Amino acid sequence: MLIDGKTGTWELVIGLEVHAQVTSKAKLFSGADTVFGAEPNTQVSFVDAAFPGMLPVINRFCVEQAVKTGLGLGAEINLVSIFDRKNYFYADLPAGYQISQYTRPVVGKGTLVLDMPDGQSRTVGITRLHLEQDAGKSLHDQHPTKTYVDLNRSGVALMEIVSEPDLRSPEEAGAYLKKLRAILRYLGTCDGNMEEGSMRCDANVSVRKQGSKELGTRCEIKNVNSVRFVMQAIEYEANRQVELIEEGGTVQQETRLFDSGKGVTRSMRSKEHAHDYRYFPDPDLLPLVLDEKWVAGLKAALPELPDTKRERFIKDFKLSPYDASVLVAEKEQAEYFEAVAQGRKDPKLAANWVMSELFAVLNRQNLDIARSPVKATALAGLLDLIENNTISGRIAKDVFAEMVESGKDAAAIVEQKGLKQVTDTGAIEKAVDDVIAANADKVEQIKAGKVQLIGWFVGQVMKGTGGKANPGMVNEILKKKLGI
Amino acid sequence: MAALTDLTIAEARDQLRARKISARELAQAHVSAVAKAKQLNAFITETPEMALSMATASDQRLKAGDGGALEGVPLAIKDLFCTKDVLTTAASHILHGFKPPYESTVSANLWKAGAVLLGKTNLDEFAMGSSNTTSYYGPVHNPWQRRGDNRPLVPGGSSGGSAAAVAARVAMGATGTDTGGSIRQPAAFCGLVGLKPTYGRCSRWGIVAFASSLDQAGPMTRTVRDAAIMLGAMASHDPKDSTSVPRPVPDYEKALTGDIRGLKFGIPKEYRIDGMAPEIEKLWQQGIEWLKAAGATPVEISLPHTKYALPAYYIIAPAEASSNLARYDGVRFGLRIPGDSLDGMYENTRAEGFGAEVQRRVMIGTYVLSAGYYDAYYLKAQRVRSLIARDFTEAYKKCDVILTPTAPSAAFAIGEKADDPIAMYLNDVFTVTVNLAGLPGISVPAGLSAEGLPLGLQLIGRAFDEETLFRVAGVVEKAANFTALPPGIS
Repeated sequence: MLIDGKTGTWELVIGLEVHAQVTSKAKLFSGADTVFGAEPNTQVSFVDAAFPGMLPVINRFCVEQAVKTGLGLGAEINLVSIFDRKNYFYADLPAGYQISQYTRPVVGKGTLVLDMPDGQSRTVGITRLHLEQDAGKSLHDQHPTKTYVDLNRSGVALMEIVSEPDLRSPEEAGAYLKKLRAILRYLGTCDGNMEEGSMRCDANVSVRKQGSKELGTRCEIKNVNSVRFVMQAIEYEANRQVELIEEGGTVQQETRLFDSGKGVTRSMRSKEHAHDYRYFPDPDLLPLVLDEKWVAGLKAALPELPDTKRERFIKDFKLSPYDASVLVAEKEQAEYFEAVAQGRKDPKLAANWVMSELFAVLNRQNLDIARSPVKATALAGLLDLIENNTISGRIAKDVFAEMVESGKDAAAIVEQKGLKQVTDTGAIEKAVDDVIAANADKVEQIKAGKVQLIGWFVGQVMKGTGGKANPGMVNEILKKKLGI
Repeated sequence: MAALTDLTIAEARDQLRARKISARELAQAHVSAVAKAKQLNAFITETPEMALSMATASDQRLKAGDGGALEGVPLAIKDLFCTKDVLTTAASHILHGFKPPYESTVSANLWKAGAVLLGKTNLDEFAMGSSNTTSYYGPVHNPWQRRGDNRPLVPGGSSGGSAAAVAARVAMGATGTDTGGSIRQPAAFCGLVGLKPTYGRCSRWGIVAFASSLDQAGPMTRTVRDAAIMLGAMASHDPKDSTSVPRPVPDYEKALTGDIRGLKFGIPKEYRIDGMAPEIEKLWQQGIEWLKAAGATPVEISLPHTKYALPAYYIIAPAEASSNLARYDGVRFGLRIPGDSLDGMYENTRAEGFGAEVQRRVMIGTYVLSAGYYDAYYLKAQRVRSLIARDFTEAYKKCDVILTPTAPSAAFAIGEKADDPIAMYLNDVFTVTVNLAGLPGISVPAGLSAEGLPLGLQLIGRAFDEETLFRVAGVVEKAANFTALPPGIS
């Protein structure tokens, strides 16, 4: 996206920091549970509450998840990394410091490929990924004068994934978040659920004159919790900066918050971010040293990721790049499609049905694919009936609607409602004869060269057979009888 | 027969196993002694009922013949170790009323070995001090006094209450913690054996943290053998402490062979500091003669970065402390002084809860970690630390153990150095290098000063070679034949 200002054309420079909650039953440095939505302060160990003498012990599984994510982003894995303390006081930060990784993160540089809606792709740099603890939650709305603290989230493992300032539009930022979320979900390292806060995003935004190589002063928009809000926040912020500069002002490097109600970003009071975090290596933890063979083992066991799957879908199922991108965007969706398409003569039929009929139902009912009323095997059964000419595509849509409604399988519905396609030549010839006899005028016209009327004749015959006649045979017999 | 409170741990253990004495009577004798020694202010919390009921349980195990290594032995625990449901203060007002719902690994190990808890001993607030005068609960008095002078003396610090309790025959042994000398210096001031084990030998889990990369728990006893027995029970690999080391715990008592023939002991030339009292110098020379007489060979060694140790220590320890003490914020436990905002509550609570020395170190630590100062102070101090560790590695190519004085002076009077923090910090000049290098060090009582106060010699060993330390310490102990007792103890 470019902004046409009064003084010229402006380019956006965007970098994103994503905090992704590691999928893990236990916290990063304690054995406490991590289930979302539990009663306040029921998932807190003495380590999470920073009681005197309590010590952190690294959760090996969380490290494994971070390394897998790094491998999934094609990134360097640092075999030695360090945990540091980030010191600041807040009521929901029990120790008065957050254990994070500052100078030596577990994962270094990587890349992520964006699939844009126009079918183009763009490669974005990943700067680093590090492990850190989440803080607790301050509840300001439980008491007129007091603040309550819920420490359930305190100590939960987060991956902070930082991109290079390679993004140039809100759309690219949105595509980046969606793609990152897809990769995390494929890997099973983060559920990517932005509503529950398991994925949160900070956006660094600056603007510069088109063609300039210099970076402008950036503002950081903190803690935005949906892809749509990230895009809105960036758009607003970029325009704000352009207007500010064009009116002779200068952008102050600062932290801002996005007000999703008003659609604007606001400066945080400077006091809240004037932190000197006094990072230093946490003396309670040894350097994190990874075994090269262990990392290689994780790499070998990585699941197929969206980019590879997309290529395979294009190659094996002859899908268009666009269709392939849509289908691989969610792991469950890709698996569903593959189950339906597998072994089919016409895999494109599966793609069409999944992307149009099925997605329409899911959208309407606001369901994700895992809770689809029609399972993959059931949809495959329906497509089988189309492919072996038991029913026509049109009848199939009715059968599908019935499947959604009743949960029955396609064959049973076809059987019960007598929807089986008529392929008996005699019966179809009779129906064709009836239509020809009743419409002498139209027969004249078609013979005089208005061949497109054939469609009308097919429709009439189909109507006469209750839609059950095989459309191909109807077409063929009509042409023969009409002599065209 | 000697009074029960005069027994060493080894003697008591043997008599308990032989059923010559009962754990209950041993505990009762010590409970009474604790009650009589209140003027020392050695305890913050006394636990007589627990002592008696634990002793009763010990008697049952002894009767059944399955007593542990310390079965029935009454001990005092420095009030820096969290003890389940027993007030734990770190001698700070900020932990007002704090009863931990858990037991530190070291104290749990001791109870597993059958030891009996007499109470929680006084210390410098958060173990920050060398005189036990910074405690919220008041100073501890050294049971020793200068000849002809009844001014109360400091017991040393920070484990001053533990030292005073053991020296006064109130506890048979006590736990201490040592961050820069906090076990060895009070042991020297009170005529005791005090060992700081190798970093990682004892778990830090459940010990209120001062400086995590330096803190280490250890025993304070009246004999080397008692220290060996106690360390054997305290030490363990603890998966809850990432810095605890997975090595088996040897039978330290077996190391006390008395045979050090052929051993080489290093004399670091840099430890002959200006202004060291001639009697300390003389004691050190005496130590060299004792070890030579026992068949060991002295070797002059150099620890060239020694002069930077104290400044590096007083950067690293406060830096870690400033972060470790951030959790005392009035939100979840201990003292809370309300304020008109969150920051107001923090300020009120921490101003009221922390004493002057703790505040001083928190400020120093915050300063040296601040943006713009980190490289010049903290990072440089860490480099010095690496160099100091390398000094020792080089030295141990030439010798097996190092002999030094423990402290530059004998115990001083309460208040004598109160107005000069730097003079106070100098107490640690011979001990901090050991913490910075993570090595084991032991102080053994070796003689009396002209004023009749105990003086200690320090032995420094290779990492995880506590056995050699005990063996050599045993030889020093035997040669020194330190039999003097504090006044009033006979």
